[in-house]
Amino acid sequence: MLKIENLHARVEDTEILRGLDLEVGAGEVHAIMGPNGSGKSTLGHILAGRPGYEVTDGSVTFNGENLLEMETEERARAGVFLAFQYPVEIPGVSNMEFLKAAVDAVREQRGEPAIDAVSFMKRAREACTAANLPAEFLKRGVNEGFSGGEKKRNELIQMMLLEPRLCLLDETDSGLDIDALQVVAQGVNSLRAPDRAFVLVTHYQRLLNYIEPDRVHVLADGRIVRSGDKDLALHLEDRGYAWVEDEVA
Amino acid sequence: MTGFMHQPLLEASRRAPHWLQSLQARGLSHWEGKALPTRRSEPWKYTSLQALRDDYSLVATGAVAPAALPEAVAAGFGGPRLVFIDGVYQASLSTTPDFEGLSICRFEDASSEQAARIGEHLNSSFDPEEHLFAALNTALLSDGVLVELADNAQLDEPLEILWLTQAAEAPTAMTQRLLVLAGQGSRGSVVEHFADLRGAQASFCSGVTELFLAANADLTYYRVHEEEGDAIHIGGVHARLERDARLNSFYLALGSVLKRLDLVVEHAGPGAHADLNGVYLPRGDEHTDFHTTIEHSVPHCTTDEVFRGIVADRATAVFNGRIHIHPDAQKTRAELSNRNLLTSAEAEVNTKPELEIYADDVQCAHGATVAQLDELALHYLRTRGVSRAEAEVMLSFGFVNELIDGIELESLRSYLRPLLAARFARDEKLARHLL
Repeated sequence: MLKIENLHARVEDTEILRGLDLEVGAGEVHAIMGPNGSGKSTLGHILAGRPGYEVTDGSVTFNGENLLEMETEERARAGVFLAFQYPVEIPGVSNMEFLKAAVDAVREQRGEPAIDAVSFMKRAREACTAANLPAEFLKRGVNEGFSGGEKKRNELIQMMLLEPRLCLLDETDSGLDIDALQVVAQGVNSLRAPDRAFVLVTHYQRLLNYIEPDRVHVLADGRIVRSGDKDLALHLEDRGYAWVEDEVA
Repeated sequence: MTGFMHQPLLEASRRAPHWLQSLQARGLSHWEGKALPTRRSEPWKYTSLQALRDDYSLVATGAVAPAALPEAVAAGFGGPRLVFIDGVYQASLSTTPDFEGLSICRFEDASSEQAARIGEHLNSSFDPEEHLFAALNTALLSDGVLVELADNAQLDEPLEILWLTQAAEAPTAMTQRLLVLAGQGSRGSVVEHFADLRGAQASFCSGVTELFLAANADLTYYRVHEEEGDAIHIGGVHARLERDARLNSFYLALGSVLKRLDLVVEHAGPGAHADLNGVYLPRGDEHTDFHTTIEHSVPHCTTDEVFRGIVADRATAVFNGRIHIHPDAQKTRAELSNRNLLTSAEAEVNTKPELEIYADDVQCAHGATVAQLDELALHYLRTRGVSRAEAEVMLSFGFVNELIDGIELESLRSYLRPLLAARFARDEKLARHLL
């Protein structure tokens, strides 16, 4: 589904990714772990096409198509979803308007008509229930005045409504208390499907207690330096990232 | 510009009821012999009057009115309504049911008591030397509306005054004049709605409104300017607030070739509070200019003022926000914010907060910003599949919708939202999620 080869990228004059390789198949859950500054968030931004992030070498294909050639919204419509570490506040635009615009954009891509208001409301309320966020949040400005945990749940709601093929979660666990973490994990687990893949970017192993990954990768200095099964995450938890960095050096 | 307003002034002096003539003459004395302000004078530094023509004329009072209002404005806001077309009252399109404590009369029909109250208040809220176009409005005065809320009257439904400009063969001039006397402890809301019918010719409008709020009065005032194209509007609102009075006001100006509004609030009694919220949206080659002045003359008064503008294409906008705190006005709290979005490289805004503080125990804050659409917010919307064009419409709408959301009158919010959504979207489809 996702194939990244020799990816080099920089932000302004700083090279952050230096030859990253990663292959994610349909139905799989991958975790990418690494110390601060290793390039974890940059990977998510590059895949989502964020302005200011420049690819200098390498390739990324999504279902065989060159992802890097696609506009940000085209990637989203093709089924790539990035749950932001820091979701953006948009006062004055209601969450409901935003969510419906997103759902309709993805439906249009599939050749489906815009969803009718009643069906949409029903689905949006169900997603709120699943994310344990009161439906009143649909009427508020997008992420406006939401707590960190509420913003993360709102990302989960978007993911549920958009039904993407590839879900990238950028430190979705950071800043969450244990209850919120479980809600998000349950949401992700409920979305697991044979035709959907997940890439979880995280600093800590604890998220992986609730979402069991098929593969765990360690990112250091802009490259994947070690890959393994879920036991690798436990190993990291015991020994810290210094162990990997030392070994690689 | 020697001929500017020549015909309308002559015609107006012929039309005015006898008792109004002395007021009219006073207006004329302040107007006559004055040169039009140029950009060399500070209040007109960024607003040119070159678009004014010298061939405006007043519409004949007997001109045929449409049988029905255009669909866009027909629904109204759920309360009584007075309709004027080209400055002429339309009884058949107006609804003025009786509400206890509310009295509405046109200057033309004023009783001698009402005429006396009009004479006592009209022009007393501003200095005609400072507000030359308000003096012109007075000189052109032949009709107007007096709204009186009796002491302790509670008006639940909004009163709308709809000032429509109709297509005409020649450039037309008209004045709109509203005088609101809100009695002690009264509560009510008034919507002044200025709009032109599609295809209207060049016109010059001067809408001057005076609001007198007696002690403890609570007045909500909305002013919506939808005139576009060659419709020029130079007008203003002058409010005087007595002890513990509260004025909650909202202003919207879509752009036209020239739109200038002077808003002046005088806190004349301690404990008074004023909210001023405003939105301006010039595009194309349009120009809007809001000059606001808050006079804190007495202690313990508060002001919250928030204006936002989106300036597109080659349009220009001016916002000048003056807060004047007099030496006696201790314990004043006044806050002013003006934020602007420029959506094109050629758009221009001149914003200037002016604080003059002569008291020492006051809290004052002001801020003005000029920015472009937030790239990160655009990106966020696009990562959810929303096209860049639709994301731009949503963000522009959101920027002003924060102020629309603050409007108490639900029917006005519902009226404005689609109007604004359509304003930002060149293509209807781009606004579909905002309606």
